[in-house]
Amino acid sequence: MKIAVCVKQVPEGHSRIDPETKRLDRSGEGALNGFDANAVEEALRLKDATGAGEVVLISLGPAKAQDALRKALAMGADRSVLVTDDAASGSDLVATSYTLAKALEREHADLVLFGQQAGDSDGAVLWAAVADRLRLPVVSQAAEVTHADGKLTVKRQTEFGYDVIEAPLPAVVAVSDAINEPRYPSLKGIMGAKSKPQETVSLSDLGVESDRAGEQGSRTEVYALNDPPPRGDSKKIEDDGNGAQAILDFLAEKRLV
Amino acid sequence: MSTLVFLEHHGDELLKGSLGVLSKAATLGDAEVAGVVLGSGVRGLADQAGKFGAAKVYVADDAQLEAPLPQPRVDVLAQLVRDKEIDTVLFGNSVLGADVAAGLAARLDAGLNWDLADLVQQNGKLVGKRPALQDSVYVDVGWKSEPRIALFRSGSFDPTEVGGSADVEDVTVALEDFSTSARMVDQAHEESEGPSIEDAPVIVAGGRGLGGPENFTLVEELAKSLGGAVGATRAVVDAGWYPYSTQVGQTGKTVSPKLYIACGISGAIQHKVGMQSSGVIVAINKDSNAPIFEFSDLGVVGDLHEVVPKLTELVKARKAS
Repeated sequence: MKIAVCVKQVPEGHSRIDPETKRLDRSGEGALNGFDANAVEEALRLKDATGAGEVVLISLGPAKAQDALRKALAMGADRSVLVTDDAASGSDLVATSYTLAKALEREHADLVLFGQQAGDSDGAVLWAAVADRLRLPVVSQAAEVTHADGKLTVKRQTEFGYDVIEAPLPAVVAVSDAINEPRYPSLKGIMGAKSKPQETVSLSDLGVESDRAGEQGSRTEVYALNDPPPRGDSKKIEDDGNGAQAILDFLAEKRLV
Repeated sequence: MSTLVFLEHHGDELLKGSLGVLSKAATLGDAEVAGVVLGSGVRGLADQAGKFGAAKVYVADDAQLEAPLPQPRVDVLAQLVRDKEIDTVLFGNSVLGADVAAGLAARLDAGLNWDLADLVQQNGKLVGKRPALQDSVYVDVGWKSEPRIALFRSGSFDPTEVGGSADVEDVTVALEDFSTSARMVDQAHEESEGPSIEDAPVIVAGGRGLGGPENFTLVEELAKSLGGAVGATRAVVDAGWYPYSTQVGQTGKTVSPKLYIACGISGAIQHKVGMQSSGVIVAINKDSNAPIFEFSDLGVVGDLHEVVPKLTELVKARKAS
């Protein structure tokens, strides 16, 4: 089975928004979006279960996103495709889903996997937009994915419990972060990742028209950044043996006990 | 302005989240807010929508829409938005709502702003208020073109009953092949035991930090001493440590007890959205960088296996005295 995993590089540590551009500051160190590690792990498991196939990473981001991709390659993915182009910066959902769909069309994967959200933007919808552009079935919040006879069976969690959904391949699935524990790359995996193919493509390589990417291709905009509404005081203490007593005193003060 | 609210239902009820968005929509200056109900045997739900402020309700009643799957709904909505020249489509967040909103955005090449806590008219423009970066900044966002699509954070608006009635208009259902290829084979319903945690005044919740299902007894005993209920995170529910009916979070219950005690819970956004409106939040976690500390009133950095049983004893002793 050939599996494409859409992954994103997110800023390492605490994110900030640049007040000038009103975009997320991507100048610092980058990391693999933690939620995407669950999707990579699931892809590797599904590939192992079928005994053959390929796991290819697809990403849209700055050139240095190669580092984040290398981490996913070190986990065991086979190769990566990074779409990087200055004209793509500032892409919103409409533009990003269009570009990713173009990159995915080249791959003809049997399955396209996403993690449950982007750790930086908290976006948790991209798969549904990409699936619509690819005209493929989509299932999100997957807690379990199994594959047999060209068909996927997905257990998803919703507000009302667990559903079981079947979909023919090819299909798009977004996995939850509780579906698995992503493996840590082994030393062998880290060394091996350096020789795995890491392709870089531009928008024109994919046939993405310039008015469909970046700010031009986006339908949303950011007007202003504001301070959040004030919150009550919050206290954090180290437990030195008196933590329980401190909680009791606090609850008593609030008349909760 | 012509506003359409996606009205999601479960069983014979429209979701509170959808009705809250409907109430909000009525304040935005559109006198004729419309709702849309999609499902099988759902005509009766139009009356409920009228009571909460919809002047009109479009009903797509079709057996192919029975399962709560997103793609057939995208097909129907895309056609409706085009036919009726709707300029603004509003969704409350849910697993289904988010997937429908994003599919519709792609289909119509329409801007989608998500995770909005509010939507206001500002200088003649619709402006969404989006908390970002762990709610450390509120971003004003907008749309460059119509139709606009907005997806609201769960629990952003309370439904207000205004007691009106809605005109009902049937919508034709024509579906794409790919939209019907995913099939619901088993819709498991929640089996709940005892009173719902949504009504509990005190909730003591456990997460992965408990280390194993057997340690839920620590949480249960503390909950019992405080006269409260037990909650759990999605991670431990998916791992089978505790029943789904106790899950707090985006895909579980949204709760707002007077007191919420989080034991061994990191505070991932999935969990946070289900409990952030609790009166007082106390967190016990050994990782001092856990996000839960950023929105708790009192955080204790320590080993819950020591702190929690000690606290249970202290509460019992206080009640006995």
